[in-house]
Amino acid sequence: MKLITERREISSPLIRFAAPIISIAIALFIAGFLLLANGVSPLEAYREILVESLGSMYGLSETLVKTTPLIFAGLGVSLAFRMQIWNIGAEGQIYIGAMAASGVALFSGIGNHWLMMIAMFGAAFLCGGLWAGVAGFLRARWSVNEVIVTLLMNYIAILWVDYLVYGPWKDPQGFNFPLTAQFTDAARLSEYFDTRLHSGFFLAIFCALLLYLFMERTIWGYEIKVIGSNPKAAQYAGMRTGLAIFFVLFLSGAIAGIAGFSEVAGLQHRLQHGISPGYGYTAIIIAWLAKRSAIGVVIVSFLMGILLVGGDSLQLLWQLPVAFVYAFQGLILFFLLASDFFILNRFKLVRSERHA
Amino acid sequence: MSDLLQIENIRKTFPGVIALDDVSFTVTSGEIHTLLGENGAGKSTLMNVLTGLYHPDSGEIRVNGQKVNFTSPRVSLAYGIGMVHQHFMLVPAHSVFENILLALDNVPNLFNRRQYKAEIQLLIDKFGLDLDLEAPVWTLSIGAQQWIELIKLLMRDCRLLILDEPTAVLTPQEADRLFGVLQQLKEQGKSIIFISHKMREVMQISDRVTILKKGHSVASLERGNFDESKLASLMIGDDQTLEWQKNLQMSEEIVLDIQQLSVRNDRGLADLDNFDLKLKKGEILGIAGVAGNGQKALAEVLTGLKTATHGRIMARGEDITSSNAKNSYIAGIAHIPEDRKTIGIAPDMSVDENLIMKSFKNNAFSRWIFQDKKAIRRNASEKIAQFAIKTGPDGSPVRYLSGGNIQKVIIARELSEKPAVLVALYPTRGLDIGSAEYVHKVIADGADRGMSTILIAEDLDELLKMSDRIAVMFRGKLVGYVDPRKATREEIGLMMSGEQQGGAA
Repeated sequence: MKLITERREISSPLIRFAAPIISIAIALFIAGFLLLANGVSPLEAYREILVESLGSMYGLSETLVKTTPLIFAGLGVSLAFRMQIWNIGAEGQIYIGAMAASGVALFSGIGNHWLMMIAMFGAAFLCGGLWAGVAGFLRARWSVNEVIVTLLMNYIAILWVDYLVYGPWKDPQGFNFPLTAQFTDAARLSEYFDTRLHSGFFLAIFCALLLYLFMERTIWGYEIKVIGSNPKAAQYAGMRTGLAIFFVLFLSGAIAGIAGFSEVAGLQHRLQHGISPGYGYTAIIIAWLAKRSAIGVVIVSFLMGILLVGGDSLQLLWQLPVAFVYAFQGLILFFLLASDFFILNRFKLVRSERHA
Repeated sequence: MSDLLQIENIRKTFPGVIALDDVSFTVTSGEIHTLLGENGAGKSTLMNVLTGLYHPDSGEIRVNGQKVNFTSPRVSLAYGIGMVHQHFMLVPAHSVFENILLALDNVPNLFNRRQYKAEIQLLIDKFGLDLDLEAPVWTLSIGAQQWIELIKLLMRDCRLLILDEPTAVLTPQEADRLFGVLQQLKEQGKSIIFISHKMREVMQISDRVTILKKGHSVASLERGNFDESKLASLMIGDDQTLEWQKNLQMSEEIVLDIQQLSVRNDRGLADLDNFDLKLKKGEILGIAGVAGNGQKALAEVLTGLKTATHGRIMARGEDITSSNAKNSYIAGIAHIPEDRKTIGIAPDMSVDENLIMKSFKNNAFSRWIFQDKKAIRRNASEKIAQFAIKTGPDGSPVRYLSGGNIQKVIIARELSEKPAVLVALYPTRGLDIGSAEYVHKVIADGADRGMSTILIAEDLDELLKMSDRIAVMFRGKLVGYVDPRKATREEIGLMMSGEQQGGAA
């Protein structure tokens, strides 16, 4: 007997629906042993994650606050994925976007709230876009691998922000902490329900809808899909693939840059060291799990938000180390990715005989 | 003669498709057995079953009367069944010897190079092939590369050789030589399964022909019991072939004048070398030449995928080689690409979306920056009806279509803009007779409307049938023009191997 795998020509809807659910269940099951080893009852812990992240107005708002930058960055990365371009640099683009928005907030002196918002948004959009656009240009002009360029530019971006907050932009009244002065009221997004939930979240949802329309309804979205499906065919149909690569990476970085704007204008109200705890990397996973769909990005980002907030509460309530939260997230992602394999392939037992 | 291979009631289904349904035939020792069938009849699936890539749902395969179960290519090779694929499995940078060695099992870690070489040389001499064991594979002609594939199988003592359209890449002379070798192999008791579309070859070398149609084995006929028309009618069955008329084109107006054109490939070698060509209005200009002599580069220059390093392309008396006019002019050249799946379609997108790939920006299919989905759908249903494209459910990816239907999608798209010039690169390669005839009809109809066609094909019969004139290419140069109504296959074959003769036409 021999076990072989065969690619499914068409995957059944039942499996497509059931596989992610089963894989999350398996991940929870295995993580349960880790919890037990730490002396925590798994069922109680899982209940706590749901209660903490969804069970109260405060919890829900915190989940949405975490979801916001994930949606932006996830959208950016997934847009590039549509064209088989791998933007690993959303993290850096968030930092650059935050830096640009902060620069405007701190030094432009604009008093009007709306003008200020537009200027900060525009700066974050443009700078995030240009930051990713460097990789786009190199890829389009000299076929430089965009994975490497976007990844390495993350470090540059993060160190730039560190230089500014430890150096020239440091708040003189900040007791030497690595942060800038607080923004004026004009440079803050409105908050809601007496929580930290800010307009950035609604902007993110709007952005997702816009991107959905862009991809599914416009001629540019069509062009991007053709190039993603078969660049050679696109080229021969007269599409300018090089230009499209630059444009898509620009837009991808620009949307990730908005995440930076939303974080500083909506949440932190200043630029500081470590403004993104890896949202840009989580975004890659989100884009992958969302199967490149803009609406999928919103849903998966929300699930990730639950994990982040719930994970925090595990640390607080049971003094579990942060490493446990990462392991927990890792397990869920691992099994979700593995479920892809079962959706696309099936197993088959074949009798084999001895042969000459 | 004993039965080497028996195939009984093989059935293989894919979701929604019955690829093979009750296929049976036998191959005896020392026979050349031809498998004939339209594309989609199940030939490739059957071969994949025989070489262990697919597992049949039911049915039996016997080798020497013993039931076998091919779970992988390794198993079927162990039973002495080997295949020469259409696309060779060779490492171009390595020598002939190394490539052959790579295919052998059980080569000890420390092996006697001289002994292996002597063994291979023995085989080469036996069949009178001229093959330098030390030459890197990429320096060899396609014909010679095919010898390597054959030797690989012979070194493994394969008793049954499967050749998948082996003559597609050969000159008529090279093909004749291949047939000579096949005859020799047959006399030594080897069996050969030969897959081909070309009736002439089938008639020439087959001892037995098995016809596949829509997944069934329709008939197995011994030599003497079949002729071309009988095979064709069995193969197509009740399907109607299209009636069409090739009208002679008399216009002398030149729509495209290529002068001294040179194009270099990625390795810096000349794909086109001072190439000249004149295309007249409304004519079908056939390009004959062994694959790899610059035909592809010619098509790529004319469709804007490559730029010329030297020379001029004149259209309507204007030099368009490197002017801005080039892009717009080239955008008006329709192109049926050589490799449908790699450059013709966006495989993950629907038929609707693929049909507008060249015209998605037109007002017909867009309003401002938005796509007009209704117009796109309407266009698709028109084209699907007009070109008799068999599609799956609406919106399913085009890659699920059969080769013939993908080709129809491409042709429907390319011809929908009523182009002045069509560049067709092997437009019927891999198509069944019905689809191929349809493609021919569409091209001939276009010519009647005044469309000029550059038809690049590998089948001389196809070129002779379709063309108003034939230009012969060799190593990126134009050897000469011939008149298809006067020239013989031999003359053209000689020109294809580079011999300058051929008068003006």
